[in-house]
Amino acid sequence: MNVTLRVWRQKNSKTPGRFVEYQAKNIIPDMSFLEMLDVVNEDLIARGEEPIAFDSDCREGICGKCSAVVNGVPHGGHRGTTVCQLHMRHFKDGDRIVIEPWRATAFPVIKDLVVDRSAFDRIIQASGFISVSTGQAPEANSISIPRVVAERAMDAAACIGCGACVAACKNASAMLFVAAKNAHLGLLPQGQAERYRRAFTLVKAMDEAGFGSCTNTNSCEAVCPKEISVEFIARLNRDYAVALLRGSGREAASSAD
Amino acid sequence: MKLDPKIPSGPLQQKWERYRLEMKLVNPANKRKFDVIVVGSGLAGASAAASLAELGYNVKCFCFHDSPRRAHSIAAQGGINAAKNYQNDGDSIYRLFYDTIKGGDFRAREANVYRLAQVSVNIIDQCVAQGVPFAREYGGALANRSFGGAQVSRTFYARGQTGQQLLIGAYQALQRQVGLGRCQMLPMTEMLDLVVIDGQARGIVTRNLATGEIASHAADAVVLATGGYGNVFYLSTNAKTCNVTATFRAFKRGAAFANPCYTQIHPTCIPVSGDYQSKLTLMSESLRNDGRVWVPKSKEDTRPPNQIPEADRDYYLERKYPSYGNLAPRDIASRAAKEVCDEGRGVGPGGKGVYLDFAHAIGRLGEKEIRERYGNLFEMYERITGEDGYKTPMRIYPAVHYTMGGTWVDYNLMSTLDGLFVIGEANFSDHGANRLGASALMQGLADGYFVLPNTLGNYFASSKQSKISHSHSEFRKTEDEVKARLQRLLSIRGRRTVNSFHRELGKLMWDKCGMARNEKGLSEALQRIPALRQEFWENVNVLGEGGELNQSLEHAGRLADFLEFAELLCLDALTRAESCGGHFREEFQTEDGEALRSDERFAFVSAWEYQGPDTRPVLHKEPLVYEEVKMTQRSYK
Repeated sequence: MNVTLRVWRQKNSKTPGRFVEYQAKNIIPDMSFLEMLDVVNEDLIARGEEPIAFDSDCREGICGKCSAVVNGVPHGGHRGTTVCQLHMRHFKDGDRIVIEPWRATAFPVIKDLVVDRSAFDRIIQASGFISVSTGQAPEANSISIPRVVAERAMDAAACIGCGACVAACKNASAMLFVAAKNAHLGLLPQGQAERYRRAFTLVKAMDEAGFGSCTNTNSCEAVCPKEISVEFIARLNRDYAVALLRGSGREAASSAD
Repeated sequence: MKLDPKIPSGPLQQKWERYRLEMKLVNPANKRKFDVIVVGSGLAGASAAASLAELGYNVKCFCFHDSPRRAHSIAAQGGINAAKNYQNDGDSIYRLFYDTIKGGDFRAREANVYRLAQVSVNIIDQCVAQGVPFAREYGGALANRSFGGAQVSRTFYARGQTGQQLLIGAYQALQRQVGLGRCQMLPMTEMLDLVVIDGQARGIVTRNLATGEIASHAADAVVLATGGYGNVFYLSTNAKTCNVTATFRAFKRGAAFANPCYTQIHPTCIPVSGDYQSKLTLMSESLRNDGRVWVPKSKEDTRPPNQIPEADRDYYLERKYPSYGNLAPRDIASRAAKEVCDEGRGVGPGGKGVYLDFAHAIGRLGEKEIRERYGNLFEMYERITGEDGYKTPMRIYPAVHYTMGGTWVDYNLMSTLDGLFVIGEANFSDHGANRLGASALMQGLADGYFVLPNTLGNYFASSKQSKISHSHSEFRKTEDEVKARLQRLLSIRGRRTVNSFHRELGKLMWDKCGMARNEKGLSEALQRIPALRQEFWENVNVLGEGGELNQSLEHAGRLADFLEFAELLCLDALTRAESCGGHFREEFQTEDGEALRSDERFAFVSAWEYQGPDTRPVLHKEPLVYEEVKMTQRSYK
């Protein structure tokens, strides 16, 4: 099959970008979307044109590195699927496919489809952890965790930090990412000591990193390749409210109930 | 070069404890005076960087991804082993040690493996405390499952995303130290060379992948946690950017490279579907707990799998290895798959596949239970192949997955270069000639959380370092070499893409040095690799500039190292005239086709020392002395 691509090309963060059209010829339906881009890149190099820069690594949907908005939808709009796991069998011969980078102030473009997502790391640095140093751990089975609780925490912990939630949000809010981390750690007994302080600090770090506010459009959940639920956002709001009630200072918000 | 493994004296069970008591310590106030470079942020790198920073050392951690959380440890699916004996099924530290030694086909060091089994229990404690959401029983206790090469259930898991959850735990611990200002994280920064001054590793030269800036970083010790070299085969289950550059650069600077021919082919991967294929996808070994592997008995049988009656199926693993069955270790299961496919009984396009069938398990446990256990793996299979594994058997085929070889290290995890420590998959130490499932995560975290933080302190406390700054002339010299090499790659402007060379190298390696090797094929590969390398340096086309993000340039630099490393791998495979674990030489097999070791001639670690360009490296041998275990013919029958 043959498809026409409209791809965002941008030399670096300082140079304005633009769409450039390419033909992708003799594409096999069993190819992944990124393998199709590999083929296009091989053609471009043969013609002496610089290949399209795009991020990917594991190509099995877990590292969270791949990031492209395909036809207006981050990761291409197949439920629970990263763009590296999207396959060409979902497209038709003659299709026009528009490919863009994540677009958010907090994720500046480095080149073409590659963006800088270090803002996510800065949020985790603020308080996306349980403060336990190597050697401080008690015997593992001394912490009993009901299966439903562990499973719920795992639902939240499944986040791959790709940033599709931000790219889908009209406010470029990182609320789903932050809420997932807050729930992962805050649901578990090990995470209780820092629960409210964590919620407060995560939100503060998110604001400082330049992400927008959440207006509950739920577009984040719709594109999340790990299908993380917006219910975790409600939980974050609740934890945040408790932190505020206890006084927003780090100390006051630090104690568990 | 002298290989001294520095194994502590005393009974096996007491070596590590005694050694820790004898170690010299660094005073807490003095720790901040030591600068440590950690290259890599996977399980080994992140856990080491976090633990060292917690101790008070001045840590700089480098990764070439946009975030340390992207490291390929994240893709490990099945689980992590630990000798907790929570299932009361007879497990113990000794049994985990023995299974690992035996699984490695008696080619690993006893003392290292015993220590690994000892600290395995601490790893689980640490990870649970960090908030890793391991699977639980209804009563709230940790759940376990069984894995290949073991008859006990000692594998801890978090759905099919164990590596991800463990890495996020280590990543969060690392980020906490970054936030506290005790560790400096340098993402998108690739190590391109090691700087050695007066015989000591004293720093690295890096390239910032976003800006192209070349920079030097000095330290009192350098830790490489840069993973394995499976991508020398081009197609593997490794992530696209996994490479050998850091350890190979260290090799060229004097760190011996051990056992490069020990490569692991994983039996359960999704088969290759076409020439465009960019990588292979693993299906967790845990699937073999409930899936049964089979091919038709007759090679003329072209019926769809559901129409082939039981009598016409060959469950060849259950037939050949009745006591382990579908849970035979990886090397054995892979070779058995190759054997039936070579006989013409393979299934799917090109006959390169075998069935992994869940019909019996679904009949026994119900689809719901199977969905709970492996749901995400079935989804992944469907996404890639377009087939429903609940309705029709999956098709699987072996693929390159892990590399047991790596930089030679002593018991302290220090290489033959003073001050250069190598941890995780990047070193050679614990898995011998074959790694058991769920042991890579265990080793990476053992090295990073519990071994290196001890041995590195002992190193600092017992050796004298002079302070060296990154303005030392050796850094300038190394920087110039790095720049010249990049410039050379950019100026060739030939007619072939980097990827086309990588593909060609990979095919050559898979054909001549893959699942089965022989003298003729290896000799041929050793002829062809230099020719391919020469063509690469004359005819590769790397477009763009060095002063910006340039993915072709990155790939070209990594491939240039693979093109040299491939030769070392084949040379090692040719020299090791025996079959053991993942290294199968066709000339050396038993009557029923099992690997035939030669303990009289090859019970040693091969450590290769670089001798300069186009010169054959020198082989040094570290004898493997077994005090506790008797070397036997490995049997899973």
